[in-house]
Amino acid sequence: MSGPIKPYGDTLGDGKVQLSFTLPIEWSESADEAARQLVVKMGFSDVAVAEGRRIANGFSFFVVYASTPVAVDVSLIGASSTAHAMSMDEIDALVRERIGRKVRVAGACIGTDAHTVGIDAILNMKGYKGDYGLERYKEFETFNLGSQVSVEQLVRFTKEHAIDAILASQVVTQKGSDIANFTALGELLEAEGLRDGVLLIAGGPRVTNLLATELGYDAGFGRNTVPSDVAAFIAQRLAARVPA
Amino acid sequence: MELAIDGGIVGDARRLASAIVDPVETFIGAHSTVAVERAVARLLDVDGTGGDEVPLSNLFLDRLGLERRRSGSAAWLGALVAETGRSPREVAVAVAAGRLPIETADGVPKEAARAALEPHVRHGLERVAARRDERQRLLARLPQGPAPLLYVIVASGNIYEDRTAAVAAAEAGAQIIAVIRSTGQSLLDYVPYGATTEGFGGTYATQENFRIMREALDAVSERLERYVMLTNYASGLCMPEIAAIAALERLDMLLNDSMYGILFRDINMKRTFIDQHFSRMLNAYAGIVINTGEDNYLTTADAVEQAPAVLASQFINEEFAHRAGMPDAQIGLGDAYEIDPDLEDGFLFAVAQAQLARQIFPAAPLKYMPPTKHMTGDIFKGHLIDALFNLTSVMTKQTIHLCGMPTEAIHTPFLGDRALSLENARYVMNTARHFGDEIGFKPDGIVERRAQTVLREAHALLEKIASAGLMNAIEARYFADVSRPPDGGRGAEGVFERAPGYWNPFEEALAPLGSASR
Repeated sequence: MSGPIKPYGDTLGDGKVQLSFTLPIEWSESADEAARQLVVKMGFSDVAVAEGRRIANGFSFFVVYASTPVAVDVSLIGASSTAHAMSMDEIDALVRERIGRKVRVAGACIGTDAHTVGIDAILNMKGYKGDYGLERYKEFETFNLGSQVSVEQLVRFTKEHAIDAILASQVVTQKGSDIANFTALGELLEAEGLRDGVLLIAGGPRVTNLLATELGYDAGFGRNTVPSDVAAFIAQRLAARVPA
Repeated sequence: MELAIDGGIVGDARRLASAIVDPVETFIGAHSTVAVERAVARLLDVDGTGGDEVPLSNLFLDRLGLERRRSGSAAWLGALVAETGRSPREVAVAVAAGRLPIETADGVPKEAARAALEPHVRHGLERVAARRDERQRLLARLPQGPAPLLYVIVASGNIYEDRTAAVAAAEAGAQIIAVIRSTGQSLLDYVPYGATTEGFGGTYATQENFRIMREALDAVSERLERYVMLTNYASGLCMPEIAAIAALERLDMLLNDSMYGILFRDINMKRTFIDQHFSRMLNAYAGIVINTGEDNYLTTADAVEQAPAVLASQFINEEFAHRAGMPDAQIGLGDAYEIDPDLEDGFLFAVAQAQLARQIFPAAPLKYMPPTKHMTGDIFKGHLIDALFNLTSVMTKQTIHLCGMPTEAIHTPFLGDRALSLENARYVMNTARHFGDEIGFKPDGIVERRAQTVLREAHALLEKIASAGLMNAIEARYFADVSRPPDGGRGAEGVFERAPGYWNPFEEALAPLGSASR
């Protein structure tokens, strides 16, 4: 659909949304009214507090339905797709034909992050959701450095092992630690003169391609990514760098 | 409801677990680690920090050096106490500051050192026993309510925010509060000091943070007239020290696994085996229930495929815990509801695994972990998956129930997320409280066949591990598909052989408990 759109309840253009939130006050009827006024101040109309109740001493929880007056124009939003879907065999074939050697990929959870579920899902042989991990690809040589890898270690490894693509993973986002770590990695690669020689890829449940490119990365992969998404991106980008 | 399972296979699996653990126990008995020796020092009241915020227990160990530490930190603290007439803490402060040369301790007769330290050892044991007895009295006066015990986490990074969240969660029905540690603490070779307000993905485990949280939960326990338990993590490089300070601050549970650190944090295996043994001796004496980490096998690999590895690990964890003197009632073996929601009859498989553990470990306070791997940004579907997890837990009589959060895949829980999660668990567990007592399994049906398969495969895995040896098996990727060599990993430099005449007075005092329980 093109043109301005709004959230859809049961009628086109009704702008219906549901909100739920906690307020740091005891529940009472005036707490419901406080919740309603808050949502009105957010710019919503037709505000209905469907549920309000006490959830702890001094805390109340609300479920609210409301209509938004604003709309967005979808036609003005640029596409952010990172790669075309390809199978493992197609990706291996592309690497073999266009690059002519194995692609070297290093992955790590950087900083103090110890949550390797995401990077393991992408790299481990077994993969994720029935999509094989990069270790299974014939034309990829994969190094999973694991958790809590410092930016310095990762950059040193990249240099020593002539890495083609770095997968930096961040799950913990508290107080912007993920952004700080991603930025530090990009900066150190620049400082070491390695940035142009590698594909720098960010990953994690809160990562988007938009965020990653804003941070100067080549791509970002978030929720619902399967290993072949990442493999296809690496293969296509590297193949594009090889003179035809 | 009871599954028909072969008791002969179960008995043989226990025999194999014992054969697997035997040689590791021999190794443990001949070695110690810097973390064990620091825990001994802490039990002797060597608390506080020296220059640059370094804990006194670390500074003292550093001053001992590589050769002296082989006799055990107590031997040297005793010698210095005998020589100076001062307390262990006072001599440690003086040694750390360089005012009392460690050489002062050389040549002090062993008997004099032991005699001088004896009242301090007794005092340390009495402090732990007093907190244990206090818990018993509180539990008798303020019963905590029926199991599955609802367990939620707080993880703001700031102990004072955590305190607010913990009190609110208790009021919303939580029976156990866990303070998640700052990511990375498992790899620190010291325990941070004092109250902390900065952490990533969690809050540092420090003795002062333990005290702050215990005090707040004691107050809310009185108000709610039910005892609210507190738990933290005795894992990573400071496992025994955390066990020691948890005992002193009356924590009620500790995450503690005999292999988790090796496999999932790349901590040296020898270090981990030695550390878990002394940690568990302390936990046993302190009345602390341990929670093992089998759920981790499922978050990193397929739940159906890894089910036998979970059961095999439960047998091994049980055996290690028994060897350290833990009674069954303190061994909270772990499992998780990590079944793929798209798998047909996945719920039946999860019930089979949970009921199998319930029957094989009837006296263990089993710890059941919520879905995490298959949780997405769709909080509505997540809430539904959590409801089935809650149902599985109540019908198979799990004991420690870690409430799943609808926002599991999004952020560390908001206060409102915790309230919704607790409401879900309370609703399902109340409405289906005695469901498990009212139904039976179809003989040779899907659930029973699945349980039998898991048991048979776990037994086969234990056979393979027993013939390879545990350390070799870990190197050969038998667990979680990772390889860890016996001398690799973090913290290996902190492992050493005991010198003849090595002395650990707490091990000496608590060892009879170990032999008695076997």
